[in-house]
Amino acid sequence: MSAISRLFRAREAGILVMLVLFVAVVSLIQPRFFSTETLRIVLLAVPLILVAAMGQMMVLVARHVDLSIGSILGFSAIAAGMIFRDHPEWPLYIGFAVGVLSGAALGFVNGLVVTLFKLPSIIVTLGTLSLYRGLLFILSGSKQIDPNDIPEPLIRMAQTSPIDIPWIVIIAFGVAFATWLFLTHSQIGRQIYAIGSNPTAAPLRGIRVMPVTILVFTLSGALAGLAGLIYAARFGYVNPGITGVGFEFTVIAAVVIGGVSINGGVGSVLGTVLGVLLLGSVQVALPILGVSGFWQNAIYGGIILIALVIDRTVRQGGLRGLLARGGA
Amino acid sequence: MTVSAPLVSARGISKSFGGVEVLRNVDLDLMPGEVHALLGENGAGKSTFAKILAGVHRPTRGTISLAGKPVEIPSPIAAQRLGITLIHQEPISFPDLSVAENLVIGQVGAKPLGRVRWAELAKEARRLMGLLNVPIDVTVPMRGLSIADQQMVEIARALASDSRLIIMDEPTAALTPKEVETLFKIVRRLRDEGRTIIFISHRLEEVRAICDRVTIFRDGDKIETATTASLTDADIIRRMIGRPVADYLHRGVSHVGEIALSVRNLTLPGRFENISFDIRKGEIVGLGGLVGAGRTDVARAIFGVAPAVSGTIEIDGKKVTIHEPTDAIGLGIALVSEDRAIAGIFRSLSVETNITAAVPKRIAPRGIIRRAVEKALAKQAVDKLSIRLATVRQPIGELSGGNQQKAILARWLLAEPEILILDEPTRGIDIGVKAEFYDMIGELAAGGRAILLISSELPELLALSDRILVMSEGRLTADIARAEASQEAIMHAAVPRSGRTAGEGAAA
Repeated sequence: MSAISRLFRAREAGILVMLVLFVAVVSLIQPRFFSTETLRIVLLAVPLILVAAMGQMMVLVARHVDLSIGSILGFSAIAAGMIFRDHPEWPLYIGFAVGVLSGAALGFVNGLVVTLFKLPSIIVTLGTLSLYRGLLFILSGSKQIDPNDIPEPLIRMAQTSPIDIPWIVIIAFGVAFATWLFLTHSQIGRQIYAIGSNPTAAPLRGIRVMPVTILVFTLSGALAGLAGLIYAARFGYVNPGITGVGFEFTVIAAVVIGGVSINGGVGSVLGTVLGVLLLGSVQVALPILGVSGFWQNAIYGGIILIALVIDRTVRQGGLRGLLARGGA
Repeated sequence: MTVSAPLVSARGISKSFGGVEVLRNVDLDLMPGEVHALLGENGAGKSTFAKILAGVHRPTRGTISLAGKPVEIPSPIAAQRLGITLIHQEPISFPDLSVAENLVIGQVGAKPLGRVRWAELAKEARRLMGLLNVPIDVTVPMRGLSIADQQMVEIARALASDSRLIIMDEPTAALTPKEVETLFKIVRRLRDEGRTIIFISHRLEEVRAICDRVTIFRDGDKIETATTASLTDADIIRRMIGRPVADYLHRGVSHVGEIALSVRNLTLPGRFENISFDIRKGEIVGLGGLVGAGRTDVARAIFGVAPAVSGTIEIDGKKVTIHEPTDAIGLGIALVSEDRAIAGIFRSLSVETNITAAVPKRIAPRGIIRRAVEKALAKQAVDKLSIRLATVRQPIGELSGGNQQKAILARWLLAEPEILILDEPTRGIDIGVKAEFYDMIGELAAGGRAILLISSELPELLALSDRILVMSEGRLTADIARAEASQEAIMHAAVPRSGRTAGEGAAA
């Protein structure tokens, strides 16, 4: 672990500073922001993003991108919702399985197309973004899953648990912990970094790029599917034309703010968690500060740009090191 | 070691790329505990042979035995399993992973779902780096390491898989003299442990310093294997270039006029230093040297692509400043580059657009393109240079390499340049088109243009040039008049040898 923590320490420290500064500034302007109630609201806002961000982060580390997660989220939420509606007598976990597995299947298709035909993932997933959204309209007959169709136990997962922290929060941070274990302590996890770091060298070093890449997209899809269930739990309905639309934007923003490089090879779970928390805090703070909804998108965009500038500056530091050595 | 059986026995190794034979029937034995140099000009086949051993290429014909047993080497992984490691000039690594991880990733026998034990990993990595006696922190990312240190990591990786054959492809090209010394110390130790090292280098003094035997390649054939001590530098060079001089017709005496281009003390640190020469009107000046000697960098500097840091350029006796290609074009300089795809061509645009791209004022006097003018200019050029195509509206990318090159030349001729820089203009062009090119270049000079011709083909330089400059490791090492020019003279000046080595190697 020590090697990893040293590799990314600087980046994570930067995000943490941004998060603390943001909370401090907002609390100065509006003291009621600094409260356990706010913390609770933020924690409720983040699980949806956090779960999908873990998948997206792995995809970015492998030097790909998955734009279809919003549609996968919608598809899985509809599929699970239809199970809940049409078979209320079935146990809850069947709905969960349907949601996660349908997400995994759609992610698998992404990975297969990208690796089999050697196509850029940004184009492939732009295509499936539209394709999966279309499929979910067909599947649902463009009918919404109404609040009274969502099972009561699922709704409660977004409110409480035996230890008084909502289940969805526990699940989200559990997913983050599992992702950390996978990425830093398994051979495949390290191979994902290797592939993103130098895709041409990876096969020369005996890394099987194709199965690993497909796995990464499948995991991203499965986690988007899980996010679909979190959506249903939190909002109590699923609408084919609303659920998950524009979600990829939020998630990629959070991941990039978290210091994950779009050039692959760089990114950590801790950084991504901090990025998600920062974005979640911004989401919660803006209404408290009385910022109108019209401004919110512009402010998100501004934060992403700032994060990218910081990311680039860090990289240039590395470049300067190269030049000083006279090698490049 | 007292072992006398060869570690590697290659028999009848041939390799063709797209019908062109680049390696013919090579037999070679490599002994345990020897450092063996592969020498030859660019394209002689030495790297191809090394890559066949490393599993990068598969031979078209021939067999390889390892320690007496015939083996197949279908991939780099297979080579690694057999104990063969290729160390590239620019180490292939994962810049974002730690040194320790770079050492072990993809290691034979690692389970895909297996745990990464960081503490053990670091311990093993430290042990391996300790074997080399190189102080490198194994927990830092590879990105920050110097090329020399990255190479050390690659060598340590070879030790991790206990390689018996380690192939180093121009390992010293980017190293400082001190780093070279460290590398040699380690190479000697590996040799003393009974490992075999293949050492590919252009630097004869380095070959003398560490190689027990040398094998010389020329045009895909193995010419000779001998102990290093039994050959003089002159012997080696003669064997490297010994092909018969192709019978290109020598141009007639040219009518040389005033000085058109004069450069003085042009320097771009790490690329070239103190380059000074003149080219007169009507003169063809050849610029020879090995790949990486800095010739292209000089051309790019004069054309303003990557300007020199210090030094002066004069055109027709007047001092000029060239910051970017637009300046150079305005001063009447044209560059036809070896790398058509990057430096010259708009692949998806039509031949006529490509040809007329350098004369926007003529085809569009008031900013609006006159189709008729564009078409007429292009047609004229196509006829004059006999460019073979279906129609001038065809995308240029569909033409053959030689015809693309002609179209680019046509473009610059339309601009009526006074000074023409040709960087490997005939690379990848078949022999018939080449002859046409030579005629054209001769005509251009006869028309009073000053021409700088960069070429790695010695017969081409000898046939066309009035004077030949030679560069080696960023410096001009010779200015040979046509009467004295010979392949030997050029190669002697081109091959870096002791006492003349530039302080820093040409950076990649």
